[in-house]
This record gives sequence, structure tokens and C-alpha cells, in this order.
Amino acid sequence: MELPVLNSSPAANSVSNADGGCDSHSCGSTGDQLGHLPEHIRAKVHNHPCYSEQAHHYFARMHVAVAPACNIQCHYCNRKYDCSNESRPGVVSEVLTPVQAVKKVMAVAANIPQMTVLGIAGPGDPLANPERTFETFRELSEKAPDIKLCVSTNGLALPESVEELSKHNIDHVTITINCVDPDVGAKIYPWIFWNNKRIMGREGAEILIAQQQKGLEMLTARGILVKVNSVMIPGVNDEHLAEVSRVVKSKGAFLHNVMPLIAEPEHGTFYGLMGQSGPTHDELQKLQDACSGDMNMMRHCRQCRADAVGLLGEDRGQEFTMDKIEDMEIDYPAAMVKRAEVHAEIARELEIKEKASAAKAELAKAGLVAIQGLKKDVLKARPVLMAVATKGGGVINEHFGHASEFLIYEAHDGDVRFIGHRKTTPYCEGGDTCGDGESALDVTIRELSGCEVVLCSKVGYEPWGPLEAAGIQPNGEHAMEAIEDAVLAVYEEMRVAGKLEAKPVLQQKAA
Amino acid sequence: MAFEIIETCVNCYACEPLCPNQAIYQASPHFLIDPDKCTECIGDYMDAQCSSICPIEGAILDELGREVNPPGSLTGISPALLAKYQAAVEATYQTALAAKSA
Ligand code: SF4
Ligand code: SF4
Ligand code: SF4
Repeated sequence: MELPVLNSSPAANSVSNADGGCDSHSCGSTGDQLGHLPEHIRAKVHNHPCYSEQAHHYFARMHVAVAPACNIQCHYCNRKYDCSNESRPGVVSEVLTPVQAVKKVMAVAANIPQMTVLGIAGPGDPLANPERTFETFRELSEKAPDIKLCVSTNGLALPESVEELSKHNIDHVTITINCVDPDVGAKIYPWIFWNNKRIMGREGAEILIAQQQKGLEMLTARGILVKVNSVMIPGVNDEHLAEVSRVVKSKGAFLHNVMPLIAEPEHGTFYGLMGQSGPTHDELQKLQDACSGDMNMMRHCRQCRADAVGLLGEDRGQEFTMDKIEDMEIDYPAAMVKRAEVHAEIARELEIKEKASAAKAELAKAGLVAIQGLKKDVLKARPVLMAVATKGGGVINEHFGHASEFLIYEAHDGDVRFIGHRKTTPYCEGGDTCGDGESALDVTIRELSGCEVVLCSKVGYEPWGPLEAAGIQPNGEHAMEAIEDAVLAVYEEMRVAGKLEAKPVLQQKAA
Repeated sequence: MAFEIIETCVNCYACEPLCPNQAIYQASPHFLIDPDKCTECIGDYMDAQCSSICPIEGAILDELGREVNPPGSLTGISPALLAKYQAAVEATYQTALAAKSA
């Protein structure tokens, strides 16, 4: 696909993509969080499904559960389940031995070439289980060197693990840092296990914070990428997180990802039982916006490890149960050749997309062509949130009723920005007659609050009315179109229809 | 003189590598302590290691059968709060049952 590139704007042209190394989302006008990163870091995250907004439509990561023990307690975690820092509350993973884990990863990698990143994130803290975690990494670095490894930790055992981590093929480390002030920490962590003792309250939090910060510094000093996750707990650390953002940035973390607290009584967690509520989508977005002035924020973190097998929620887990894997014969060297081909193909596709967007941005800058939504008089229009149902590939290709998550985009002034993911239970769990789908629809509508449009490949007659009543316009007219183009087109339609002047009063359905 | 792991253990593996006497072993349905090997960590540590890292209140008993970590001591969730929650869950369940049979 050849697109005209006009040379009328040399400044815009300086973000040349001739080497294919610059993602248009990174340097274009969409405000992607990679834009401010130094080149060597950007190169590292370029094809990373967790970090590159583009790539995560094409590549997938998986997790294996080899590390069940934890050395701290968080008030949002029930240790009967997996680490809440990395998975949704209430998830129980089957714990694998390192040998089983290695076999599973290689089976998945051989069958799903898009799988490029393996993470170990629990169910407890990987570094509280160093033997199991590192044995898995060691084996994989040797047998499957084309897989990037990543690890997520609460940070307590991080300093003593840095040496060992730097020996493996570690791509990046995620530290969950909820505070830098022990008084705040005392409200989040009831205890830690440290130097053969259980240490309660503020004293424990103080040690944890010191270890996290030290670990962060040691990693960045060695050039290992560090991402910081924070759980936003309203009334506990919400105001404090801007400070966290500032501190971790100054110590070299390359991304800060703020996740919402999820606390329900049925999770049996302290916060859940105490009635501590999580932030609303709006509060979360406000905080993310407030912090992003200070730090590169990551908005498309899927906060989930259910994407373990397959791309974008497409669940292929059943193909890779342990008993099936035991019987598989894997010729990994052959698979690696195949994988390299697929990766090259995806890279080509990404490059074409980048060139197309860069060319488009340039046309717009030069003011030569009125691209949808880019006209000057759009400036007064308000931003609009839209939800998109997609199976991946950057296009609108999922039925409303089959979507288990929606991608949220914000259109504003001819610009499209990715905001985040929202999960839901598919309205219609298979089949065309969804008599029982009622309450699932309510959940979806609640999850989509704040959105004014939902774009999908198809939407049934039944959900149409309730969606409209909730102020969310269903739209199936852009099936198979590129997400951003469709969002802009709809935004432009709304503008032309005069819908962008005032915020409509939403009749939110009580769910 | 020995500690004991009981059925509320969630098999998190945390205690097993810490025992100075390798008294803890993985078993089904949950981890167990070999009473002949357990010394309650006396002579090795100030605090018994298994019960110092175990996240589950009540999962480990001392030689007198007392919970080393009684309810509320680790999570801050008091027994009263837990009872209230369990009652609420039970009520929801009963309502759902009634609605179904109606
Ligand atoms: S670090 Fe993870 S596993 Fe450990 S208590 Fe916190 S949320 Fe739970
Ligand atoms: S009390 Fe000490 S010696 Fe006994 S099982 Fe626990 S860790 Fe081992
Ligand atoms: S630490 Fe407690 S819950 Fe975990 S395996 Fe040991 S006894 Fe069981």
C-alpha cells in the first residue's frame, strides 16, 4: 500500500519512520505513552504486547503459575486466590512445576507464534519463590531464546534477586508500588515476612517501601526496564499516587500503570469486607490524566493474565491443558523458524500501518486535505468516549454479544486516544437466543458507563434498546474497519449532527 | 513438641522452604508437618518460621492445639465481620433458592 507523503511540513517529517523503528502512535498526535521514551527503550518495547499499543493487537503474552508463595499481605488480596496485583480477584491458577511450565510455554509458542512474552507473576510473589521462578527462566532462556521473559513482584525480595535476574533473558520487571510513605503503607499492608520474622504495620511497610525503591534503582542502573504498577485505593493512596509517579520516574521507571482497586465482599479481602470501594472509571481516568503530565502512563494494561493463551481474550486454554501437553512432540528449532517468519510478517504489517498514519498526520498538519474529524472548527467540540468490540488486529471485528472486553477510546478534536480496557461477561454466551442474557447486559452497560457509542461488528435487536436508553449508541456500521478511523468517523458524524456541543444527560440504568 | 498444619491450609508452599528441619512436606489435600522432625524452631529462630509466613489464620496449630495465628491477627478481618459476611452470603443464597423454587 503506497500512500502519498507530502513534504510540506519538514518539522513533522522529522519523526521519520524510514527505519520502521518509530511507531506512529509514539510520535504522532495520539499521545501514546511511548513517545517520550529514549530510542533504546522504545526499541525494546516496540513489539511488546504489554507496552506497545500497536503491537498488542498482534502479539500475545502468556503467564505460567509456578510461584505460589508470598512474603507480604496486601489488604486487597485473599491468599486463597492468586496475587491480586497481577490477576483479577478470585482467580485460582493451577500451580505448575518449573518442568511443566517450560513444556507448556514451548507448546504454546510452537503453536501460537504470536506469543512473544512469558511472564511469571505468581499466584504469589515470584521472587518469594526464587528457585521455582529462576529454574523456569533458566530453562527457557536456553531452550527458547526467542521468548522474552518478564517478572512481576511486590519488591520485597527484589534487591537480593537483581544479580540473578540480570543473568537471564529478562525483558522487564514490574514492581507493584502503592506508596512511598510508610503511613500510607500501613493502611495497605498489614504485615511482611522479613529476616525470619513477621513484621506488622508501619514498620513492615517502611521496609517494603525501602526494598522496592532500592530494587528499582538497582534494576535501572543495570539497564533493565522497570514498569511500576499501582493500585488506586480511594481515600487511602489516591492523592498520594501523583507523588509515587514522580518518585518512580526520577528513579528511572519507564512506565507507570495505575490500576483500579477491585474490592467486593465476596472476595473475602479486608478491603472487600470493610466496604472500601474502588474508583469509578471517571476517577481512575482523572488520576491517570493527572499523573501523565508527570510520567508516561500505560493505559492499555490488560490487568489480567487470562490472556495467557491466545490473542485478545480468544481463549485457547483448552488446547493446552497439562495432559494434552505431555503428549505433544515439540520440535522447537523448527517452530522457531516459523515464529521468526510470522514475526517478520507482523512487523511488515505494522510498518505499513505506521507509514499510513504518519502520512495521514502529515496531510492533516499541512492542512491540505480535510481528513475526517480534522477540520479546524472541530476545536470547540467536547471529547467523547467510545467502546469498541474487537478480537484483535486493530479492527472492529467482534459481536457486541460475544465481547468479553471492550477497548475504550477517546475522540477529541480530530484526535483518537486509547484509554483502557473494560471487562465484562459476554452478553450472549454463545447461541443466538440469549433469553438469560438480561443481567449480563446490565453489567455490560454499567461497565460502559461514560461511553456514548459502542462500536462492534454486529449488535442484536435485544440489547439495542437498553443501550440507547443508557445513552450508549450501538453502532455496527463500521465492521472490519480500522478502529481509529471508525472512531474518528463516528465522532465527525456526531459533530455534523450537532451532538458535540453539550454533554448529554445520561439516563443511567440502575444496575 | 510439634506444630501441626490443618485443613484450612491453602497449599501456598510459603512455609516449606523455611523450615530449618525440613519437617514440612507437600501432601494431599494439604501440606503437613512431620511431628518427629519439628522442633518449633527452638534453637534456630526466635519465631517459628512456618507460622511467621503462613498467610492463613488458623492453618497452623501449636503443640497444645491452639491457633498460632488466631482469627483477625493477620488480615485485620475480625471474626464478627467475617460472621456478618457469611450471614449475608447465606441470606443471598437462600433468597436465590427461594426465587428459583417459586
Ligand atoms: S503481593 Fe500479591 S500475592 Fe502477595 S499479598 Fe499482595 S496481592 Fe497477594
Ligand atoms: S515450627 Fe519450625 S521446625 Fe516446626 S515445622 Fe514450623 S518451621 Fe519447621
Ligand atoms: S504457609 Fe500456611 S497455607 Fe501456606 S502451605 Fe504452609 S501451612 Fe499451608
